[in-house]
Amino acid sequence: MPKEVLIEVRGLKNQFGPNVIHEDLDLDIHRGEVLGIVGGSGTGKSVLLRSIVGLQAPRAGSVKVFGTDVRTASKAEMAKVENRWGVMFQDGALFSSLTVRENVEAPMRERTGLDPETRAALADLKIAMVGLPPKARSLYPSELSGGMRKRAGLARALALDPDIVFLDEPTAGLDPIGASEFDALIRNLQTSLGLTVFLVTHDLDTLHATCDRIAVLAERKVLVTGTIRELMEVDHPWVREYFHGPRAHAALLAAEG
Amino acid sequence: MSLRGRLTIETLPETQRSLGAAEAGGQIDMAAVEALDTAGAWALLQAQKRAEATGHALEIVNLSESHRHLLETVAAAMPEPERRRRTIPGRPDDGLANLGQEVAQGLRGSLTSVGFFGEVVAHLGALVLHPTRLKLTPLVHHMQEAGWNAVPIVSLMGFLIGIVLAFQGSTQLKPFGAEVYVVDLVAISILRELGILLTAIIVAGRSASAFTAAIGSMKMREEIDAMRVLGLDPIDRLVLPRLIALVLLLPALGFIASLAGLLGGGLMAWIDLGITPGMFRTQLLANTDVTHAIIGLVKAPFFAVIIAVIGCHQGMQVSGNAESLGSHTSRSVVQAIFLVIVVDAFFSIFFAVWGL
Repeated sequence: MPKEVLIEVRGLKNQFGPNVIHEDLDLDIHRGEVLGIVGGSGTGKSVLLRSIVGLQAPRAGSVKVFGTDVRTASKAEMAKVENRWGVMFQDGALFSSLTVRENVEAPMRERTGLDPETRAALADLKIAMVGLPPKARSLYPSELSGGMRKRAGLARALALDPDIVFLDEPTAGLDPIGASEFDALIRNLQTSLGLTVFLVTHDLDTLHATCDRIAVLAERKVLVTGTIRELMEVDHPWVREYFHGPRAHAALLAAEG
Repeated sequence: MSLRGRLTIETLPETQRSLGAAEAGGQIDMAAVEALDTAGAWALLQAQKRAEATGHALEIVNLSESHRHLLETVAAAMPEPERRRRTIPGRPDDGLANLGQEVAQGLRGSLTSVGFFGEVVAHLGALVLHPTRLKLTPLVHHMQEAGWNAVPIVSLMGFLIGIVLAFQGSTQLKPFGAEVYVVDLVAISILRELGILLTAIIVAGRSASAFTAAIGSMKMREEIDAMRVLGLDPIDRLVLPRLIALVLLLPALGFIASLAGLLGGGLMAWIDLGITPGMFRTQLLANTDVTHAIIGLVKAPFFAVIIAVIGCHQGMQVSGNAESLGSHTSRSVVQAIFLVIVVDAFFSIFFAVWGL
């Protein structure tokens, strides 16, 4: 059965000055999968994310999300797309002058006509779903720990019940316990909400714990995609180094118990 | 009853309306529901809770596997309702408490300002003993930023003030046939007061805000803490170069503004009253003592200290969020301008008592 393609990237080219980041990059993301994006530092993982969500105008190529080209879409078409995706930035990117609840309410306030009480109740629900304690609702981002900020960022990304969430390094900077809790949370939310997840990460444990498929960025394009098992067979110096290094073995052992 | 269609966040109001009738209990048939998200699940569970509260049972039947899973996840996370009590600051009935808090806060604020000023003075003293500790590159950088780059706006401002004074003065003095005293009016008011005061106000707006924003954003990104643990003193590295740059260059800026003011006044006097540049010069030299210019310039370093210390201190007080950066920046400009004017008033009284 051919899977429904939610995001289709074709011939993407990104360039900063003389520095070409991506060239001829193709990528498909299917409904209901968790796609991990890995690559060395500076291979443009975050730039790829920014290109897909329209924060970075690419030099060439097309990016289609739900069949809408994000480069040429009108404002109204874009608004429809934006209702169906959620983005969690690296450090949460919470609005620092709003409490956690107000942060989660912000997308609803902007995009739905719900009354304040319903909005607050739904925000509280999302906050509970990402595993934050009730007392976190009325705290400001500067009063949260790093892990809580990430959870709050995820709650805001989930506010409108999106089809796709983009997660930029969700476990970076978390302690191992917090990181594996976060992995389990992503996996759990993914199955119960039927989410499609676009996950940029460096964390091998996260790859093992959450991803259905992994795309490796190298040499300015998506070098190869596949499951971890498939990628371990790939004969490319960087890919082999990545999936066969000491950390990869430790992560593999951990994943297999 | 049976539901059909999409139960999502977009259709939530309709869902809630149709669920209103379900409070009497019974069954909800979900067979025809196409899409369910957390908002829809929340509405279903709310309805179930309300039905239970009135002693009825509401059963949800014919769920698909994925919908059942979603419903269970949402049920597990259902937040217990809490009654929120909003405290609105500035509510009339706690006006007295607010006033007290504000006064206490103001006092505490001025106390820490004095403390900061003392710290800066102590560092300045240490610098006099070890002059090599002063880094020249940042000093020159701030002299360019706060001083040299302000020359165009300050001279334009001085020129325009000169024009305004000469014009207003001439209309007032003409009926008395005392047009020639326009020269004294322009010269004394600009040299003694306005040139330096308005320069200080412009520099307070330009540089106090820049100091606060720069130091404040360093504070937000923990750069100040990083400096401390590296053994770099933030006051030595950040405050003193800015302070010394302003103390050196504010008098120069005030001098430039005063010259531009005299130029503007002279031009206006020439156009409006026919006082030629030659006459202007003679009258200026004969009647305006050089003490006026000195009194004006003496005040400049004091204003510079006020602007730099307040700008840097507000920057140091910035805390975690972006809003605090904004409020401290605006506070730094307001306080700097206010204090410059207050100190100027004290100088006026002081010089008047001394008979200068």
